[in-house]
Amino acid sequence: MTLLGYRVPMMAALLVWVVVWEIIGRFDLLLLFPPFTEVLMALGDVVTSRSFAEAIRITALSYACGLALAIAVGVPLGLLMGLVPAADKMLNIWVNTFLSAPLSALVPVFMILFGLGTPTVIVTVFMFAVWIIVLDTRAGVQNISPSLMEMAHSFGASHAERGKIVLLAALPEILAGIRLGMIRGVKGVVIGQLLVSIIGVGALFSLYQQNFLMAHFWALILLLFAMALTLSGLVGRLEKRIEYYAGVRS
Amino acid sequence: MSIAMQIETENAVPAASNPIIEVKGISKIYGSDIVALENIDLAFEEGQLTSLLGPSGCGKTTLLKIVAGLLKPSHGEILVKGKKVHGPGPERAFVFQDFALMPWANVMQNVAFGLKMQGVGKAAREDTARHYISEVGLSGFEQKFPHQLSGGMRQRVGLARALAVNADVLLMDEPFSAVDEQTRRKFQEDLMRLREVEKKTFLFVTHSIEEAVYVSDRIVLLSPRPGRVSQIIDPDIPQDIGPDELRRNDVYLDTVESIWHGIKKYVE
Ligand SMILES: Nc1ncnc2c1ncn2[C@@H]1O[C@H](COP(=O)(O)OP(=O)(O)OP(=O)(O)O)[C@@H](O)[C@H]1O
Ligand SMILES: [Mg+2]
Repeated sequence: MTLLGYRVPMMAALLVWVVVWEIIGRFDLLLLFPPFTEVLMALGDVVTSRSFAEAIRITALSYACGLALAIAVGVPLGLLMGLVPAADKMLNIWVNTFLSAPLSALVPVFMILFGLGTPTVIVTVFMFAVWIIVLDTRAGVQNISPSLMEMAHSFGASHAERGKIVLLAALPEILAGIRLGMIRGVKGVVIGQLLVSIIGVGALFSLYQQNFLMAHFWALILLLFAMALTLSGLVGRLEKRIEYYAGVRS
Repeated sequence: MSIAMQIETENAVPAASNPIIEVKGISKIYGSDIVALENIDLAFEEGQLTSLLGPSGCGKTTLLKIVAGLLKPSHGEILVKGKKVHGPGPERAFVFQDFALMPWANVMQNVAFGLKMQGVGKAAREDTARHYISEVGLSGFEQKFPHQLSGGMRQRVGLARALAVNADVLLMDEPFSAVDEQTRRKFQEDLMRLREVEKKTFLFVTHSIEEAVYVSDRIVLLSPRPGRVSQIIDPDIPQDIGPDELRRNDVYLDTVESIWHGIKKYVE
């Protein structure tokens, strides 16, 4: 970005918005927007509070469980769809429907099925993350060059060995799917907890809201954003180490 | 043709010697109505290099894959050393047009793949792989990955992998079509040298008449769909002349010309 001929670093744009936020907050017009400095101060408050530690613990736990479940189900399902055309025909339409469906609307149904607690949040994370993992895995398998499998066959590879080759050949796409699943899963955990609203960060949000602690409220949002971005950055870095061979396949 | 050449021709086409591969009454029908091959009978002599030549879509790849055991014929059978085969086997190795290397494995692992599948121990298979890597001129590249190599080098890896399993028959589907012309010529010379050193039987699919005449002991000309054997040619190129001389050799040019005449009627 350049401004009046000077190069402005990306962070500067962020700084502008922070200043705007601060000014609006100073006017005291909206209860919803406390000045940014106040949010910053609340940040320390939130991070050190006992309930925050507990909320993060339970959130991380539900997230990890939901995601693990999504990977454990999504990758095999994607492999199945990629390898068996009949299974693909039957499942593809459902997977695509769930991928684009407004899943938040289903959370109340999960609440009825799984109760007002962590299981519902886990299922929500699962539902948000699993479909993209399925579809990317499926695409990965379908993109494997037929000659690679013929090669394995002609050199006498066993079934197990051929399965390993399928997995390794599809790995770049599988990992891309998992990364997208992780990002969607963050959405899932927050939405799930907000709707259940008595556990994890969801409980914290309603606590802050009910007590008009808007600075704390915003501080929590900032924290969640930062965590989600860090997470996706980490996975992206991991993915790059394997991606190099995806483009080389013919 | 000189008398000497005729004698050589007779020696090269003995009906009753021991063919290592016999193709008996092979037909292949894709789906219900695409007749790719119709009633092919062929025999491939041990130690010879035979080219399959023919217009695009005539079934060269299909025939090669049936011999490899990668495709089931609709009719007929393949005999290897007199025994009927039902699938791929260790006596046949395939070299793929698109190399078919594992992108996550380095040159050493790719070349040793067939041996690993046969259960050869790590030290032994790496020794063998190293030998063939140097045989195809890739010494020093053992730890490189396929994406770090040029197309020509990748095909050398594919060739080394096929040589490493010590199969009697090498099946090559247009192995040089994805590399540039200079590399291709170098490859052709290497192939001829390998045939001398390794004493293997080669089945070689190509689009190029020049290439076929240059490298082959025998050329099988297939007709367009449905693929049938339309002609069998044994080029009588003098053995003792260099590659550059050869491309100006009269017998070479005449053979290319006569094959072109045989094929021309299909193209027009
Ligand atoms: N899986 C398949 N299903 C249906 N038809 C096929 C299939 N594979 C090949 N064919 C058809 O069979 C015929 C022979 O194919 P093949 O690939 O063996 O030809 P080819 O001689 O190797 O051609 P090219 O020189 O272009 O490589 C072609 O007409 C092709 O369209
Ligand atoms: Mg072909």
